[in-house]
Amino acid sequence: MITEEQASKLVGKILSSYKKEKKNLIPLLQEVQKDLGYLPGKALQEIADFLEMPAVDVWGVATFYNQFRFVPLGKYHIQACMGTACHLAGGKPILEALERELSIRVGETDKEGNFSLERVACIGCCMLAPVIVIKDKIYPKMTPFKAEEVLIPYRQETQKGES
Amino acid sequence: MTFEEIDNRGKSEWEALQKGSHILIGTATCGRAAGALDVVDAFSKELARRALEVPIIRVGCTGLCYADPLVTICKPDSLRVVYNNVTPEVVPRLVEGYIAGDDPCLELALGTLEGDGEEGVYIPELPRFEHELRLILRNGGYIDPENINDYIANGGYSALEKALRMSPEEIIEEVRRSGLRGRGGAGFATHLKWELCRKAKGTPKYLVCNGDEGDPGAFMDRVVLESNPHEVIEGMIIGGYATGAKEGYIYVRAEYPLAIERLKIALKQAEEYGVSGDNILGNGVGFHIEIAAGAGAFVSGEETALIAAIEGRMSTPSPRPPYPAESGLWGRPTLINNVKTFAYVPLIVKRGGDWFASNGTEGSKGTAVFTLAGKVINSGLAEVPMGTTLRELVYDIGGGIAGDKRLKAVQIGGPSGGCLPQALLDTPIDYDSLREAGSMMGSGGMIIMDEDNCMVDAARFFLDFSTKESCGKCTMCRLGTLQMLHILEDITAGWGQIEDIDRLLALAEDVKAGSLCGLGKTAPNPVLTTLRYFRDEYEAHILERRCPAKVCPNLTAYYILPDRCDRSCEHCVLTCPTEAVKGGAGEIKHIDQEKCVNCGTCMDVCPPEYDAVVKLSPITELPVEDVGAKERGIKEQAKQVA
Repeated sequence: MITEEQASKLVGKILSSYKKEKKNLIPLLQEVQKDLGYLPGKALQEIADFLEMPAVDVWGVATFYNQFRFVPLGKYHIQACMGTACHLAGGKPILEALERELSIRVGETDKEGNFSLERVACIGCCMLAPVIVIKDKIYPKMTPFKAEEVLIPYRQETQKGES
Repeated sequence: MTFEEIDNRGKSEWEALQKGSHILIGTATCGRAAGALDVVDAFSKELARRALEVPIIRVGCTGLCYADPLVTICKPDSLRVVYNNVTPEVVPRLVEGYIAGDDPCLELALGTLEGDGEEGVYIPELPRFEHELRLILRNGGYIDPENINDYIANGGYSALEKALRMSPEEIIEEVRRSGLRGRGGAGFATHLKWELCRKAKGTPKYLVCNGDEGDPGAFMDRVVLESNPHEVIEGMIIGGYATGAKEGYIYVRAEYPLAIERLKIALKQAEEYGVSGDNILGNGVGFHIEIAAGAGAFVSGEETALIAAIEGRMSTPSPRPPYPAESGLWGRPTLINNVKTFAYVPLIVKRGGDWFASNGTEGSKGTAVFTLAGKVINSGLAEVPMGTTLRELVYDIGGGIAGDKRLKAVQIGGPSGGCLPQALLDTPIDYDSLREAGSMMGSGGMIIMDEDNCMVDAARFFLDFSTKESCGKCTMCRLGTLQMLHILEDITAGWGQIEDIDRLLALAEDVKAGSLCGLGKTAPNPVLTTLRYFRDEYEAHILERRCPAKVCPNLTAYYILPDRCDRSCEHCVLTCPTEAVKGGAGEIKHIDQEKCVNCGTCMDVCPPEYDAVVKLSPITELPVEDVGAKERGIKEQAKQVA
């Protein structure tokens, strides 16, 4: 985790590479999120100050789009595809299995900060449906049982980190 | 640089490449998902180990996604051989066989690109290519999308060169003659937009390429951008010249990072080669393109909402008129077309509007690009002349339905489209026929459903999507779709009433009438078409508490047939995530319906020689003592959700 001070410095650096134009709001939010992993309230305020717009407008835009997050993701971020092809091939029981196994609901990060779970609408590899994505690795043709198995090495990894 | 200079440069580099052996590997997102990057690594290592210098070209997608990762080995004076579903393990064999040696390893190949079929399958003669007509997909999977020379060597930017010798009016006239209609879904005549924008007063003018492909299950635009980005860029530059716009934006979904990366490279190369910039090909015409990365909002695909997104605002639609062609980005005249629409433009300019119009039907000219996904064998992309029937697309190109299942429905156009039944398979694919059938062309996503798919659940799925993606501006779209969703959830949960069907129909009309943009106006389509063609399934859910496809969890129960259970096997007991399967060693296994969450694991793991697990619907088909348990389980799970 980076400190608040470091985050502020990073945001400042990003801001200095942009022109003070309103059309840069979304690219700014995207770049800050890319570097920090999420959008802390303070960063949103800094962006608002930089663009000289009311903070409420920055919050409005940031909360409108699905891409932006306001809590840090887990060390292993899991995306369960709920596109049409994945849904028809049985995506929902897989999502339920992940929720059950990780004891978190969709959109949440677990207490230890190890796993977070997100539903996404189509990542565009429908021929492999249903799929889940963990840290950019795509796991094809899942079943609830296989999804549980996929988690095993990641869980071992997190337990190693703790001991 | 003049066009002649870049043309020579592109061609000489391409010819030099063709003189030696080289390997093409499909590395679009679909290929990567199937493991193409591991295959690239394996080839690099194996070639290095043998000290062979053979270039590996990371190409885009051929549309045969079911066969990914796809590798093509090209050797001068030999057949080009395409290998399907390549894994790193077979790479040493391919290198040994066909790169170091002369054995084309045909047992591992999908087929060859040349020859007379004696060597196995001759790919151009696959049944699908009898129907396909590849215009904008023609180079996908054969050229390097990150190298402008490959595009130029295959005729790229020659249309731009020709266009600059024509007047803007002449170009718009060619587009008019082509009959090209917008490929984003609505099918508005392209030349009218161009003409409106050209004649509109106000400067500067802008041009926007809409790559916000949001329909789940549709990925044509992504494939075009990842496989041949210059085709779209060339079309945009011609559009800029024809309308008088000097600045263009290409808006791409955030979910397509590879498309954005490849576009960035392509735009840089276009500047370097002088095909975009202040002085295009030395003709004094200027045009600049910027990338705007979307941030994840389905509604952004609507053109007025797209404008808001580029301006940095919440992506909500505005009333039209005024149309963007008159007042768009920052209140200036703006031409907005879909990725595929721009991709057709270079061909139309080069070969003429009449040539383009010679393909397709009376009202819909040219080709249509579809993604095939769902329960079809050959998932992927296809480009067919307008007027091709759904049957040809599903069976001849898609290879039919996987397993021995029956096709139930074809869903076209995603959350805005509709589900067409088997009886309508002979419907020709064009804007008007599909609309008449209650569906729409949409952006071109096609999902095939079989008898294991519940149509009420499918309608619920799409409405759930539309409800989540509604921007909230119009009350009927925000709350009307939500009411419809609640009714559908009730029906799939077994709590539906027969009056619900009329409520759905009435709400659907209100949502359509009370919504400003396409999202709300089309959101009821999946419900309306499933009610029109599959009303019996709704009635079964409501009147019999039965889900015909055995999908809806409250109406379906898993059951272990006692006379089929092997007793000694414990697969189901050991794998059940909720410990619902009971039975010790040597006993017949039994599902505790109160604990069962309908995940289907027991059915998956039950060895095929026993095949003891079945699905029952309605749940009253269970032994009477299990019905009560199932009902208690449903109540318990409903409480947890609440």
